[in-house]
Amino acid sequence: MVPGKGIIGLKYLSRKEIEQIIETAFSMRDVSRRSVKKVPTLRGKTVVNLFFEASTRTKTSFEIAAKRLSADVVNFSYTSSSISKGETTIDTAKNIEAMHPAVFIIRHSSSGVMELLSRHLKTPIISAGDGTNEHPTQGMLDIMTIMDEKKRIDDLKIVIAGDIYHSRVARSDIYGMTKLGARVYFFSPPTLITDDFATLGASITYDAKDAFTDADVIIMLRIQLERQATGLFPSTREYSRIFGLNAQRLKLARPDVIVMHPGPVNRGLELSSSVADDADHSRILKQVENGVSIRMSAIYHTIGEEHGYTDN
Amino acid sequence: MDILIINGLLIDPAQDMEQTDALLIEGDTIQGIIDQKDYTIKGDRALVNSHPDRVFMIIDASGKWVVPGLMDMHTHLRDPGYEYKEDIVTGTRAAMTGGFTSVCAMPNTRPVNDNKSVTRYMISKANDCGYTNLYPIASITKALEGSELSEIYDLVDEGAVAVSDDGMPVSSAGLFRKALLYVKPLGIPVIDHPEELLLSKSGYMNEGIVSVRLGLNGIPQTAESVAVARDILIAGETNSRLHIAHISTRYSIELVRWAKKRGIPVTCEVTPHHFSLNDEAVEGYNTNAKVNPPLRSESDRQAVLEAIADGTVDCIVTDHAPHSYDEKEIEFDKALNGISGLETSLGLSLKLFHDKIISRKRLVQMMSSRPYEILNIKDKGSLKTGADADITIIDPGEKWTVDKNMFVSKGRNTPFHGMELKGRAVMTILGGKIHGSART
Repeated sequence: MVPGKGIIGLKYLSRKEIEQIIETAFSMRDVSRRSVKKVPTLRGKTVVNLFFEASTRTKTSFEIAAKRLSADVVNFSYTSSSISKGETTIDTAKNIEAMHPAVFIIRHSSSGVMELLSRHLKTPIISAGDGTNEHPTQGMLDIMTIMDEKKRIDDLKIVIAGDIYHSRVARSDIYGMTKLGARVYFFSPPTLITDDFATLGASITYDAKDAFTDADVIIMLRIQLERQATGLFPSTREYSRIFGLNAQRLKLARPDVIVMHPGPVNRGLELSSSVADDADHSRILKQVENGVSIRMSAIYHTIGEEHGYTDN
Repeated sequence: MDILIINGLLIDPAQDMEQTDALLIEGDTIQGIIDQKDYTIKGDRALVNSHPDRVFMIIDASGKWVVPGLMDMHTHLRDPGYEYKEDIVTGTRAAMTGGFTSVCAMPNTRPVNDNKSVTRYMISKANDCGYTNLYPIASITKALEGSELSEIYDLVDEGAVAVSDDGMPVSSAGLFRKALLYVKPLGIPVIDHPEELLLSKSGYMNEGIVSVRLGLNGIPQTAESVAVARDILIAGETNSRLHIAHISTRYSIELVRWAKKRGIPVTCEVTPHHFSLNDEAVEGYNTNAKVNPPLRSESDRQAVLEAIADGTVDCIVTDHAPHSYDEKEIEFDKALNGISGLETSLGLSLKLFHDKIISRKRLVQMMSSRPYEILNIKDKGSLKTGADADITIIDPGEKWTVDKNMFVSKGRNTPFHGMELKGRAVMTILGGKIHGSART
């Protein structure tokens, strides 16, 4: 990890760097599980949540993470107001940078905006998701959740199912997971993936049996309902029947399979309620818990390393 | 001015000629090649036996190529309407610097060149500057809206040499067919920007491995090829002249090859960026490599090179599309399409010769004689006796580095900044008037 440079994509991180962030995240999780959920590490530092795209869960997760590190958190939501005033993304970010934040947490609907802003800002950036490109903290919290459960990633069969084409989660997952040695399968209707996705290191299948058989981990992606309107699949009914995960299909997987989902879940569409609520297999809420830990770790590694993260 | 260009390698595809000799220019007209015994040099002047009453200025072109003035039949000069990107003064001067003596200006100005006052304005402004000839290309449809034909006969009377809705393809096959029929008596080509918007509209770059890696929605190759197929078939049926702009995919090229074999009156052009770069140039979200049609896969690029070598491609054009800094230094999906190409085109095209993909003569054909032929522009694109004295002198071996900050064009949007190129134009002569070397 190079301090000061931020975390804008798992494609740029080495295996070692990813492992290090996850290892720290486990310690951070201990902090979150205590009655006093706070360490003084980032006292006097300002963390700016700069969200150009609507988000509740990720923003809240980052906000809690920063507060548990004792940072001051400021939220800027630029969903439409300043854009309608004609200000560019670069100008918006530079204006806030003039107020001396320690780190930017940025979400934006345009792929590659982190690379663009990195060229114009001195302040490090942690990506909270850009377009259909990457969502690195989601990728790492997914890996952490798997490590937590399986104690390894190496050689596990991990299935990522759903709208691969438009998913920043799928991309961050595969960059991270292949670096750590997993066997990743993409399962998707052919309209929501291209053959070229195989070059990311995944096997592609259109067959549920093929996908789920002997899976160690199944990650179901959220299907956006507007994709139906653009003709990418005919109906939620057919999608769920052919490409969804239900209790019956889950039996194809290994007995100790875990099911994950970046949320929010469309119950009955990509994931049946019985699987989503199946305490033996579903780790969806565990992902949310680990999300805070990963984000604490990401912020810490970006700006707080010289301080240490213990109370003494 | 009367000029004698000596010691240069004269290259003229129209006469299938390539020889080191002296070229005589009297006034604005080429007077032909003369032998060494037919003139004597006195200082920096020459006396020519056949013209005893005149004194000729000598240009020593030793080690250089002397070729008919280069013609770029596809530029966007942004004038009128978008002068902050480029205007006719800077655009034609950039063209001259790049070695061109003629350019064609696309009609997507504001107002659109769909009426003769815009056509007249463009020509007269370029003539006032005197850097290059300017031949406007008028719009196929009014305001480029794709619904009604422009007054094309009027526009041609005023000096338009072709029609195109470049950048805004005519989506209606019915209207496109009517346009091809309507222009037939004029003998001008319809220049086709082949793009099926229903396939391309949600994409930002070529669909492929790089778009997957960058998480950018892709534009499939069929967005172009489907339109090429449609328009070739319509050209075949109407037997009307179709010129396909900036062709970039393997299948498009195979379709053109097929059409030419069938005798369908189709011609096509390629850009230096499509034969020099593939979609990997977009890595790092480089908006200077964002262009329409998008930079394609290496396999498509190879197909373009094959088509250049085997003659399927008629000409090289820049598709010069200058934009301001602020229109490029933004989010990739919001950045405008286009590359500022006038000042790098010849250097990039010379690489085809240096790499032995094509001969010198073929290069000159693609950049001069062929585009004039396609546009029925007489007395240009050749060194024949009686032709207009539009000449480009090229130093094929000079090494130089592309520096966007040195561009004459207002558009600094180039993916070639920092690239070392070999060969450039050192002088152009327009109607017998010498224009300083590219570096003065």
